[in-house]
Amino acid sequence: MSSNATLILTAAVAIGCAVYLLLERSLARVLIGLVLLGNGVNILFLVASGPAGRAPILGAGTGRMSDPLPQALVLTAIVIGLGTTAFLLAMAYRSWQLTGHDDVQDDVEDAAIRRLAAEDEASDSFDLAHDVPGGDLPEEEGRAT
Amino acid sequence: MTALVPLPVVLPLFGAGVTLVLARRPRVQHVVSTLVLVAVLVVAATLVVQVDRSGPEVLWIGGWPEPLGIALVADRLSALLLLVSVVVSLAVLVFSIGQGMTGDDSDAPLTTYHPTFLVLVAGVANAFLAGDLFNLFVSFEILLFASYVLLTLGGTRSRIRAGSIYVVVNMLSSSLFLVGLAAVYAATGSLNLAQLSGRLAQLPGSVALLLQLLLLTVFAIKAAVFPLSFWLPDSYPTAPAPVAAVFAGLLTKVGVYAIIRTQTLLFPDSPLSGLVLWAALLTMVVGILGAVAQSDIKRLLSFTLVSHIGYMVFGIGLATVAGYTGAIFYVVHHITIQTALFLVLGLVEHRAGSTSVIRLGGLARLVPVLGVLFFVPAMNLAGIPPMSGFLGKVGLIEAGLRVGSPLAIVLVVASVATSLLTLYALAKAWNLAFWRTPAEAHETARELSVHQPQLQPAGPRDHVQVRGSVLPSRDLEEARRVISDEESDVDLQQLIEMDALPRRLPATMVGATAGLIGVSLALTVLAGPLFGYAHRAAVDLLDHRQYVTAVLRGGSR
Repeated sequence: MSSNATLILTAAVAIGCAVYLLLERSLARVLIGLVLLGNGVNILFLVASGPAGRAPILGAGTGRMSDPLPQALVLTAIVIGLGTTAFLLAMAYRSWQLTGHDDVQDDVEDAAIRRLAAEDEASDSFDLAHDVPGGDLPEEEGRAT
Repeated sequence: MTALVPLPVVLPLFGAGVTLVLARRPRVQHVVSTLVLVAVLVVAATLVVQVDRSGPEVLWIGGWPEPLGIALVADRLSALLLLVSVVVSLAVLVFSIGQGMTGDDSDAPLTTYHPTFLVLVAGVANAFLAGDLFNLFVSFEILLFASYVLLTLGGTRSRIRAGSIYVVVNMLSSSLFLVGLAAVYAATGSLNLAQLSGRLAQLPGSVALLLQLLLLTVFAIKAAVFPLSFWLPDSYPTAPAPVAAVFAGLLTKVGVYAIIRTQTLLFPDSPLSGLVLWAALLTMVVGILGAVAQSDIKRLLSFTLVSHIGYMVFGIGLATVAGYTGAIFYVVHHITIQTALFLVLGLVEHRAGSTSVIRLGGLARLVPVLGVLFFVPAMNLAGIPPMSGFLGKVGLIEAGLRVGSPLAIVLVVASVATSLLTLYALAKAWNLAFWRTPAEAHETARELSVHQPQLQPAGPRDHVQVRGSVLPSRDLEEARRVISDEESDVDLQQLIEMDALPRRLPATMVGATAGLIGVSLALTVLAGPLFGYAHRAAVDLLDHRQYVTAVLRGGSR
């Protein structure tokens, strides 16, 4: 079976970019990543449907028909993708309303571990610079953050 | 009788539409959704009897010529799981009617709850009845979409936090599912399960292995099998009690069902059963160790949920009739018992304001009925004889011993250890929450909170120094906020003093919970016939000629 190299490359680039974006912390970027991922996977589905042909309508010409089933499946996937994208967008907006940013927050265990570490309860790897407004911090690092 | 097959999907969807229209009349909404679920219950029970007597029921939707349309198939396994899931959903629905689902910050009932719940039930039913992989994908999307909405009900801070992780993980797994579907279609030219079972066997081994790995990964995310279980214990506890209950009962089990179906029908001589057994082992052990470390009973139960998925995967990995029999029985047992426990926690939360063992104490005196309601399913989950949890575990252990390979023996040992650790974790929660006096709990909570930092304004402390590098203290601030948002600041003793607790539990909530616990006890009494049924279902699964001929009557392979 011969495949269309353009489609494969497009799918690969889209999915690659999507993975990069998914590793970000901001929900808006994750969302763009998921949209790219969905489109990449849909293109992959078209690759799976085999070589292109004429429109799959009986009596509309001669020659090879393209397989209509994957196109129907991709249409379904696009509709579902639209719905989830809208939902995630609403959620990112709600997160921005509540916290002032749309970063994905730590889960409870992570937060507990980070707090314990910071409070020196379980680990001595954290050291709080108490009540010093950047006083004993290295100047440039203090500014940088 | 084939006309019955689509009803479990169609009726809830119809009900969802009606309840959405009736959004302004909550009482009518309650009646409609209860009636719909009762009707589906009757249909599912009829299907179980019918399918057991005369073989799988198949319906090709839309009147297309045979291998083209969408097939709905009810065989023994799917009919049984359908029945159990409808029973559980009905109990949860009645419970939530008693609770009066409200957002956290307002008293207005959420009008979207009932339609979304019914859509969830439709999605679960469709997943059990799906006869082709794409229909399975669509039903996953239906139930996931409903679950996104239910998980973030009210849009509070903690639910949005947990929800964003849940949604992203599930969208990712759905994309992976689509990749798997594309690969399967490219390799075989079909997505119908019955057709695939013939065609996949003719593929070269490496291609089939790739397809199997793709599908297994997707379903393992849904079923929360270690190492893909990380999302579950974080997202479920933040949801409202009835939602967490129905998720814990049904959503992961749909993933387990999909694993069972594809492993038996599509990849019968799987080279991966060793891998599946390792996954089962790690799921059990890691899950229960997580549970032991928890102080909130809801989180504890979420970890036991992950851990006990391992038992079902254990049965699947054995790939024998006895293994599948045990796994099917365990799925049925676990759906009822895990949901019942989450409902009990909903009662605890309603009556005592918290589910954290640090803040609870003396519930046995305060609300004796809660003690009984918690104790029975907890012991059942831990596997105390003669209850159904014990019988399910014995079935699996026997199957493991009969296989007798070293890995199977290791798993038998691990499953006994997991059972004991479950008992330990639940007994600890039982002792702390039910048998201390509230005053003792208050003392401990106060002692613990001495070490807890007070929230300070971010003003002077803009940065935190960590071994030379500097972090913005916003990070630390946020860590505190995540934690303080999860737990309330008052414990039970203070609530009693403030007289801020509801005097009584609504009878509907208690009734629904007690009813579900009754069902789980009935499973113990009916264990003989149920094991017989599970055995017949397992035989059907391993010898799938009956399934294939029932679906493809025209012989179009």
